[in-house]
Amino acid sequence: MAEDGKGEPVATDDDSEHLAVDGSSNNTMVEESCTLLRRMEICVAEAEKRSGKNAVNMQETFTVYLIETRPMDAVAEGRNPAPDSLWRRYSEFELLRSYLVVTYPYIVVPPLPEKRAEFVWHKLSADNMDPDFVERRRVGLENFLLRVASHPVLSNDKILYHFLTEEHGWKEVVYETGFQAKADSRLRALSATFRVRNTDKRFMDMKHYSDELQSHTSQLLRARARVADRLYGVFKVHGNYGRVFSEWSAIEKEMGDGLQSAGHHMDAYAASIDDILEEEEHYADQLKEYLFYAEALRAVCRKHELTQFELEMASQDLISKKQQREELATGCERFSFKGMTNKLFGQEAPEQREARLKLLEELIAEGEEAVKEKTVECEEHVERAWVDMQRFEEQKDKDLREALINYAVMQISMCKKGIQVWSNAKECFLKM
Amino acid sequence: MPNSPSSMVNQYRLEEDEEEEQQQDADTKDIFITVDNPESHVTAIETFIMYRVLTKTTRSEFDSSEYEVRRRYQDFLWLRSRLEENHPTLIVHPLPEKFVMKGMVERFNDDFIETRRKALHRFLNKISEHPILSYSQHFKVFLTAQELTSHKKQGPGFLSRMGETVRAVANSVRGLRNRPEEFTLMQEYVEDFSNKICSVDKVTQRIIKEQREYLDELKQYDLAEPLKGVARCVEGCSKETEEQIQHLSEVLVPALHEYVLCAETLKAVMRRRDNIQAEFEAKNEALASRKPENQELQEEVDGLADRVELANNALKGDWSRWQKGMRTDLKSAFISTAEKNVDYYEKVALYRLASACSTTQLWSTEAAEWIFQEEID
Repeated sequence: MAEDGKGEPVATDDDSEHLAVDGSSNNTMVEESCTLLRRMEICVAEAEKRSGKNAVNMQETFTVYLIETRPMDAVAEGRNPAPDSLWRRYSEFELLRSYLVVTYPYIVVPPLPEKRAEFVWHKLSADNMDPDFVERRRVGLENFLLRVASHPVLSNDKILYHFLTEEHGWKEVVYETGFQAKADSRLRALSATFRVRNTDKRFMDMKHYSDELQSHTSQLLRARARVADRLYGVFKVHGNYGRVFSEWSAIEKEMGDGLQSAGHHMDAYAASIDDILEEEEHYADQLKEYLFYAEALRAVCRKHELTQFELEMASQDLISKKQQREELATGCERFSFKGMTNKLFGQEAPEQREARLKLLEELIAEGEEAVKEKTVECEEHVERAWVDMQRFEEQKDKDLREALINYAVMQISMCKKGIQVWSNAKECFLKM
Repeated sequence: MPNSPSSMVNQYRLEEDEEEEQQQDADTKDIFITVDNPESHVTAIETFIMYRVLTKTTRSEFDSSEYEVRRRYQDFLWLRSRLEENHPTLIVHPLPEKFVMKGMVERFNDDFIETRRKALHRFLNKISEHPILSYSQHFKVFLTAQELTSHKKQGPGFLSRMGETVRAVANSVRGLRNRPEEFTLMQEYVEDFSNKICSVDKVTQRIIKEQREYLDELKQYDLAEPLKGVARCVEGCSKETEEQIQHLSEVLVPALHEYVLCAETLKAVMRRRDNIQAEFEAKNEALASRKPENQELQEEVDGLADRVELANNALKGDWSRWQKGMRTDLKSAFISTAEKNVDYYEKVALYRLASACSTTQLWSTEAAEWIFQEEID
């Protein structure tokens, strides 16, 4: 599903020179074609249950996933070295993703597989410890790593590299980056969404699109789950034919053999639905990925709203400060606190006025710096985000088309199995 | 599955024999009956449906070669009860039920009328195919008389029928002394068969119920699908599922239902046979316990002994006939169902193929073949 980067592999040393302290790449353009995945083979090979004490010193069971990596050049040369490996649990993947989202707010960061099983078609698979769920999650986590490692920007991140190569102490390194402090508060973001005035139209369109994508996909997933449930019922009831035909065949002379073997085919038919629906889960997982991707896309749009809003606030602040300076300089102050105190306690001394003016000038200078910074931040965000959103759209179209075709092929395969079972049953009935 | 050459030859021969028999029946069939054209009839007291019964025959017993009469359900009931009375140990094909217990089905609901019409048609044809019942006088009257009411008045009355039932109960309380082995086996088979056929009927009903629920969800899924091409595919699949459900309801369910009713008929036949034997045994014992020889009683007992023998032979003869018929009928119903399912999956596969093509926007046949080929490999 994830794409490989194009271009020649570059040695690790060169790349680390380009990495800034916070891990973001400076040379996106040059690095675009050289992603981590080109240099390193990554896979999530296994899952295991562990138990240990959690933060509040209580016993808990959790699953850990084995990440294996091998240098690509070794593989290319035909050598088959043992892979390096380490174990990670789901919460560590979550931490990695949170870090990436905060550090690269202009990137549509690939989503993780769902935390809890949703849109379940059968009550059994709602359990997080269910082996099928764990297996699908393993695949989802691998997919996440492959997508991140093949992303032109994200793949160069040092923290990502450490995540894949250093088992111990990784968490501390992540916290040390101080990314949590940089995270935007929900409240700020929400207020920005409501109060921002001039947003880039492309981003607003993207936001609407992401809403539609989310609503369509969740509707589809829900409907699909219900259909799967019903189909399960239909197939399983045919198993009853198997039982009854077998019992009936015991009392019949000429009809016995035909009934008995037809019964076997009915049993096989009833059993076949389990595999069919398991395969369908893969399709559901592909849809779910894009359901969560919609959220990531929306996050990028929200970040735009926030940077734009902050720019507007900074500009507004600068304007009001300049206005204050105007008033102070020309001596006609509008209603202000100072004016009030002047009236009450008498006019202020010229030195005091000078001091205030000086303070204002400083604040204005700071304000102008702030506006410059915010403008740059906003423009950079727009530029980079637009590039990544284009990339995302292309990837999405390709992936969803592929998923739909795979689904159709899967359905056709199911039909062929159905044709076979009922043709066989017919042969048995003919022998009755 | 047979794999020795000789067993294969045997199987071939058996099939040949069956075909020959069927061919014979088709060639020698000299009476053709149809039941159609249900019409509502309204009188001051009641409303009921009248069916047209059309008979075409070359039989010499019939004055004409074609007859058209109108009959109502009650008339069919009358015919059947007369046939059972005159031939207590023959297996008379059952009629469709009086009422449908499940759900609110109006008597004049179109589906109900059509289902009943088909069953009545089958009933008359089964009677006409029976080597003995087909020549019954009542059957002839039923097919030919314009007015049936006058004929209905004749025959043993209600009270005598009551008397028979009371005697039957008394006899069954006494118990049977020597039921011949073969009838015991037959009884056991009938019990088992009744259970099994009821189970198959229930399973089939459940399948239809599950299919209907599946169809409802499929229709919802159709609405949720944003891509036009795929949505049309789901629509097509819905249509095919509907047809499949319809086929089950129209072919397999009536056939199974018929034999559920047959099982009840068989049980009744076995009971009647037992009663005839019980009556004989009772009188025989009475005869044995009377010291002075009673000529009248002796004659009565002899008469009853003959009756027992006739009844047993009639049943034995009809039994193998019935079994063959059951096998043929159910076999063909199951085969038809299997064929329909194959057809269903073939059509659904094509719809899925079309959706894959519309997704890739490739309508060329090469693309379609490629996708199909990939699957076949």
